[in-house]
Amino acid sequence: MLVLAIDTSSAAVTAAVVELSPAAVVPLAGDVTVLAERVALNARGHGEYLAPGISECLAEAGAAPGDLAAIVAGTGPGPFTGLRVGLVTAAVMADLLGIPAYGVCSLDAIAGTQAGPLLVAADARRKEIYWARYLDGVRIEGPDVSRPADAVTFSGAMAGAGARLYADVLARPLVGPDHPSAGALVRCAADRIRAGAPSEALTPRYLRRPDAVEPGSPKAVTP
Amino acid sequence: MSSEQPLVIGIETSCDETGVGIVRGTTLLADAIASSVDEHARFGGVVPEVASRAHLQAMVPTISRALSTAGIAPADVDAVAVTAGPGLAGALLVGVAAAKAYALALGKPLYGVNHLSAHVAVDLLEHGPLDEPCIALLVSGGHSSLLLVPRVGGADVTELGATVDDAAGEAFDKVARLLGLPFPGGPPIDRLAGEGDAGAIAFPRGLSGARDPAFAFSFSGLKTAVARWVEARRRAGEPVPAADVAASFQEAVADVLSAKAVRAAREHGVGHLIVGGGVAANSRLRALAEQRCAAAGIRLRIPRPGLCTDNGAMVAALGAQLVAHGATPSKLDIPADSTLPITAVLV
Ligand SMILES: [Zn+2]
Repeated sequence: MLVLAIDTSSAAVTAAVVELSPAAVVPLAGDVTVLAERVALNARGHGEYLAPGISECLAEAGAAPGDLAAIVAGTGPGPFTGLRVGLVTAAVMADLLGIPAYGVCSLDAIAGTQAGPLLVAADARRKEIYWARYLDGVRIEGPDVSRPADAVTFSGAMAGAGARLYADVLARPLVGPDHPSAGALVRCAADRIRAGAPSEALTPRYLRRPDAVEPGSPKAVTP
Repeated sequence: MSSEQPLVIGIETSCDETGVGIVRGTTLLADAIASSVDEHARFGGVVPEVASRAHLQAMVPTISRALSTAGIAPADVDAVAVTAGPGLAGALLVGVAAAKAYALALGKPLYGVNHLSAHVAVDLLEHGPLDEPCIALLVSGGHSSLLLVPRVGGADVTELGATVDDAAGEAFDKVARLLGLPFPGGPPIDRLAGEGDAGAIAFPRGLSGARDPAFAFSFSGLKTAVARWVEARRRAGEPVPAADVAASFQEAVADVLSAKAVRAAREHGVGHLIVGGGVAANSRLRALAEQRCAAAGIRLRIPRPGLCTDNGAMVAALGAQLVAHGATPSKLDIPADSTLPITAVLV
């Protein structure tokens, strides 16, 4: 089954065409094959890089959009502007192609199947991180947003660009990838894809409210 | 496809309206809009992040609604057009990404177009083709510009002048707030002004002196003058005649806009004036422009208010002109450009 994977929750603008085995296989690593992948490292270029990346991946995989069985998109958390590019792209393509779209927490696709306790952290800007805790690849807390020092007080390893950025504060071994991988995104949605689960609304994990304040009464212009 | 009458879908997300329109040549087939204006009202202005979130939520349903209204399948369109700028950066990006996704999924050519030129092209849907040059007056909460347009939908647009400070629509919003009226301020001021005396208070006409730039606008001084006048009344403990303030303020705006537009047409020997943008829905501006154009022998074209405000049909209308004239499609890597200059009709 051909699956388009998209993640724009970080500075790594990711698109990939992935082959998912119709049934689960053992060992697990054999059920997902990345046929083509494009990762552009550009924190402000999501709008420019994603669509050409998808187009190139399809061409490299020798596939047409109509060959896709599903689209999987990382729902963040991550900087909003870029995050929305991936989600609207996935939602519109899936709707027009008549195929399901599935959302995956982007931090889950960084955690992957890492054994033991793991802290995954992404850069949330404003000196904060988006983070979640995992045990043997299963999320047990989060996602949440906070200052690195307030994030966690448990032992274990860490992964993600936010973990690398605040490695001195978080002080634990850095093991995992910096960004979500296409293979992990598809693996996180594999059960839903194989079951032909209904298409999902791709809602961003914003975790923060819009910065906006209600105005008081108008300021006087006369001194 | 018919190159004369291409079937085009247009997507618009430059501000707070998620618009998806479908046209065949100069015939309007669908004009679906989802507005987040109510979510901005309590903030007294459009909050970019709130608008961007709403665009994402509304995009797929609005595209579906437009397609079903037009009675066409997604793959029937000849091209996909989208507002590439100017506008709010994060808001534009949602529409541009959606349009690229449409083009990519169904193998259709993409046209990233200029929002201001689209405001001009939308008039073709209402009044039919225009085969001669025109002056376009575009006035809204986001822009106030006078353009010389040799051919509607053509690539060589010249900006004769623009606002040096606030957009005309912003002035309406600020004066409305001063008078305790809701956001957006245009409609309530228009209504209230109907009960007032437009000659009651002599508010200033910005940049209207003999040595001022002929086609530039300024509304900041007017807004401050209204605030000073109202504050003086309140401080003196006197009642504020809100209807007279609204009518006199609206008169000042309509006077400057229509006078400069007619002068631009005269000086450039152009026989047609198109007015677009949300402020073009203002009844006094429409009446005064009508009167002054008639006196100057200029043909006035103002689309119905629903087409003057931001919508997807205007983007589709411009896209159809570009397709019909054989313009080269945009690449999939075009950016959303919040400060796209008016001279860039197609990105
Ligand atoms: Zn506009």
